Amino acid sequence: MNNVILISVAVLGGLGLISAVILYFVASKFKVYEDPRIDEVEEALPSANCGGCGFPGCRAFAENAVRQAKNEKSLDGLFCPVGGNEVMQKVAAIVGLEVEEHAPMIAVVRCNGTAAHSPDKVNFEGATSCTFANALYSGEGGCQYGCLGLGDCVAACEFDAIHMNPETGLPVVNDKCTACGACVIACPRDIIELRKKGPRDKRIFVSCVNKEKGAPAKKNCEVACIGCGKCEKVCEFDAITITSFLAYIDFEKCKLCRKCVEVCPTSAIWEVNFKPRKPKAEKTVPLKKNEEDKMQNTVTQAIGIKGQSQTGSVNKEVVGSEHIKNKSEK
Amino acid sequence: MGFLKTFTLGGIHPPENKLSANKFIEVLPIPPRVMVPLGQNLGAPSKALVKRGDKVKAGQLIASGESFISANLHSPVSGTVFKLDNVVDASGYRRPAVIINVDGDKWEDGIDISDKLISDINLTAEEIIQKVKTAGIVGMGGATFPTHVKLMVPPGKKAEYLIINGVECEPYLTADHRLMLEKGPEIMVGTQLLMRALKVDKAIIGIENNKPDAIGHLTELAKSYAGISVQPVMVKYPQGGEKQLIKALLNREVPSTKLPIEVGCVVQNVGTAFAVYEAVQKNKPLIDRIITVTGKAVKKPSNFKVRIGTPLKFLIEAAEGLPENTGKIIGGGPMMGKALFSEDVPVVKGSSGILLMPVEESHRKEEGPCIRCSKCTEACPMGLEPFLLARAARASRYDMAEKERIMDCIECGSCQYTCPANIPLLDYLRLGKNKVGGLIRARHKK
Repeated sequence: MNNVILISVAVLGGLGLISAVILYFVASKFKVYEDPRIDEVEEALPSANCGGCGFPGCRAFAENAVRQAKNEKSLDGLFCPVGGNEVMQKVAAIVGLEVEEHAPMIAVVRCNGTAAHSPDKVNFEGATSCTFANALYSGEGGCQYGCLGLGDCVAACEFDAIHMNPETGLPVVNDKCTACGACVIACPRDIIELRKKGPRDKRIFVSCVNKEKGAPAKKNCEVACIGCGKCEKVCEFDAITITSFLAYIDFEKCKLCRKCVEVCPTSAIWEVNFKPRKPKAEKTVPLKKNEEDKMQNTVTQAIGIKGQSQTGSVNKEVVGSEHIKNKSEK
Repeated sequence: MGFLKTFTLGGIHPPENKLSANKFIEVLPIPPRVMVPLGQNLGAPSKALVKRGDKVKAGQLIASGESFISANLHSPVSGTVFKLDNVVDASGYRRPAVIINVDGDKWEDGIDISDKLISDINLTAEEIIQKVKTAGIVGMGGATFPTHVKLMVPPGKKAEYLIINGVECEPYLTADHRLMLEKGPEIMVGTQLLMRALKVDKAIIGIENNKPDAIGHLTELAKSYAGISVQPVMVKYPQGGEKQLIKALLNREVPSTKLPIEVGCVVQNVGTAFAVYEAVQKNKPLIDRIITVTGKAVKKPSNFKVRIGTPLKFLIEAAEGLPENTGKIIGGGPMMGKALFSEDVPVVKGSSGILLMPVEESHRKEEGPCIRCSKCTEACPMGLEPFLLARAARASRYDMAEKERIMDCIECGSCQYTCPANIPLLDYLRLGKNKVGGLIRARHKK
C-alpha cells in the first residue's frame, strides 16, 4: 500500500520537474522584451480608458508614448486630457523628456434653444437617441442645427460631467469635465466643442451653431446667431470670423474683453464666470464673488446679459444678484 | 378559387381603412405659389438651372440631375421664379427649393396634354430610357429611386420579368387603386414601354385581393396586350415591398443585400408605369401625381391629382379642412409614413398620401419591458430578429447588428406594430441602420 503512494508521488513529482525544466527553457527562448517604462507610464496614467487621447485605452497610450520617446525623442502630439499637465509631466519624467504645457480645455455646449427661446412646434415621441432623431426630423423647436435634448452626450460621458437640465432641456457641463471629447463625437449636430478653459474659467463663446440666414434662424430661436457681423467689427484682435451667417470666436486669439458680448443683438454670445458687470457710471469696488456664486457659475453656463434691445443700444445695467438670477433661469 | 399567392415569412394584417377607394380622382386647381424642392429623388439633389425672375412654363426643365443617381426636375406650373430659397421639408429641415409664382397655365411646346390614348410604340429601348431620364421620372411608390437607373440592367445580368406593383398594401392609401381603375389602358401601354426598355417579354401586375374591381378591370385589359398578366395576391402587409412581391408572385428570394435583378426581376410601381407612359408617348415630364387625402375624421376623403410643389394645406382644404382633433399629419400611409412638420410642406414626387390622424391614435403607448414573446420575429418579413437588432443598436453593438443583417431591414414597421410591450423597435432599427450604414461607407472609403 505504501508503495503505491510513494510511486505516485515520485511519478507526479518527476513529471512536474521535467515540465518545469521544459517551461523554463521555452520561456527564456520565446521571451518578448517589453520596455519596463511602459508599465511605469501606464501606472502614472489615470486609467480612465476613455480614448480621449486618441488611443484605445491607457495601455495603448503608454506603449505609444514610450515608442515615440525612443524613436523621435519627443512627446509631441501626445496628451492625456484627463490627467492634464500634471500627468504628462510624470510621463515625461519617466521617459526622460520634457513636455510643453497644454492649456486646459473643457467641453462647451453651443446651443441655447431652451423651451422659452425656441418654443416647441411639434412633439417628439420615440427612441431617446439624438442620432435617430437627427435623421428623422429637425427638432421640436424647429431649429435644424440646435440641440435635440435626448442626451447622447450624457450617455457618452464617462466622467459624470454632463447632465441634462430638465428645465431647459439642454445639457450642462460641470467641472468634472476632462475634455476627453466623447460628447463631441457623440453629438450628431456638432454642437459641443472643446474650448480653452480660460484664466479662472473665464470663457466667451458663441452659443449657437445655426448656419441659416438671420430671418429663418431668428424665426425658430430668439437667441440664434444671425450673422449680423457686429461682433466681428468690434473685435480688436481678429478673433471672430463669420462663415455662413455664423460667428465663431477663436479661443486662441480671444482676449476676453467682452466687447462682442455687449454688441450682440440676440445675446448669442455668452460670457461665463465673469464678474457681474457694474452699472456704467458707477464707480464701485469690484464685487467679490462668494463661493456660492462660483458654484453656480460652474454648474450653469449662462448668458451674461439679457434684455438687450434689437438695436444693440446700451441697456446693460445688470447687477450682481440679477445676473445670477438670470443664470438660474436659464 | 384556390389559395392566393403571398410571401411566406412574417407579415401582418392591419385594418385596411381604404376610405377613399370609391372616390374619383379630382384635379386640384393650381395654387398661387408652388415650392419645388431640389432633392426630390433618392441620391444627389438636382442642380437648379433657373434664377430669380425667370419666366417658366409648365414642363420646362428647371433643375438637372447631374450625378448618376439623380433626376431632372421640371416646372410644374407656368409663372415667374420668385426665388431660390430653403423651404421646410417633411422632416422640418430647410432644404433648397425653387419657389414659383403661378401665372396662368401655359405649357412647354411639344407636350400633349390631351386625354387621347397613344398605344403605338415605335421607339428602341435606349430611346425609351433616354425619354424617361429626360422626364425626371422616379419610383412613384415612395422610394423615389430614379427610374432610368433601374431600367439600365447592369452588364452580366438579365431581366426576365417586369413586375408592376399595384399592391398598395399600406392601409388608407388608394392613389394606386384609383389610378388602375381610371387609367388602365395608359398603365398597360406604360408597362409595354417598360418591357421594351428592359427587353423582357413577360410582365406581371400584382394586385392585392382587396381591390377586386381593379383586378377585374386590368385582367380584362391585359387580354389585348401581349405578355402582360394580372395576378391577385393575398392581402398582407408589407406585400408592396419589392422583395416580398417577388417572393409572392414568382417564389424567388432576393439574396441578402442584393437587388431584385439578381433573380431576374425589375419591380416598378403602377404610378411609375403611368408616368412612363406620359413621358414617352406624350412628352410630359413628371410634374403632377395622384395623392390620397384621408383619415377617419376627414369630412371628404379624396384622391387628388396635384402639381408637384403644391403646399399640403391646399389638399387638406380641398378635403374640407383639418378635423379639429387632428393629432398628427402623416405623409404617406400609417405604417411607413412620416409625421410631417407643418402643413406648408410641398407635395413632392414621392408623396403618396396624407393621413390626418386623430389625437387619440397619434400618441405612442407607454413602453414596457421585452418579454421575449418573439412576435416581432414572427412578423418580420425579412426573417430578422427585431428585438435583438434593437437591443444591439441600443447598446451601440453595431458590429453585432451588422452581423445579424440589420441592413436587410426594409423599415416596414411590422415589428413595432405587433409588439405587445410597445417598444419602439423600428426607431432603434433605424438608428442601427443609420450607424451601420455609416460604418460600411467609411469602410468602403478606405
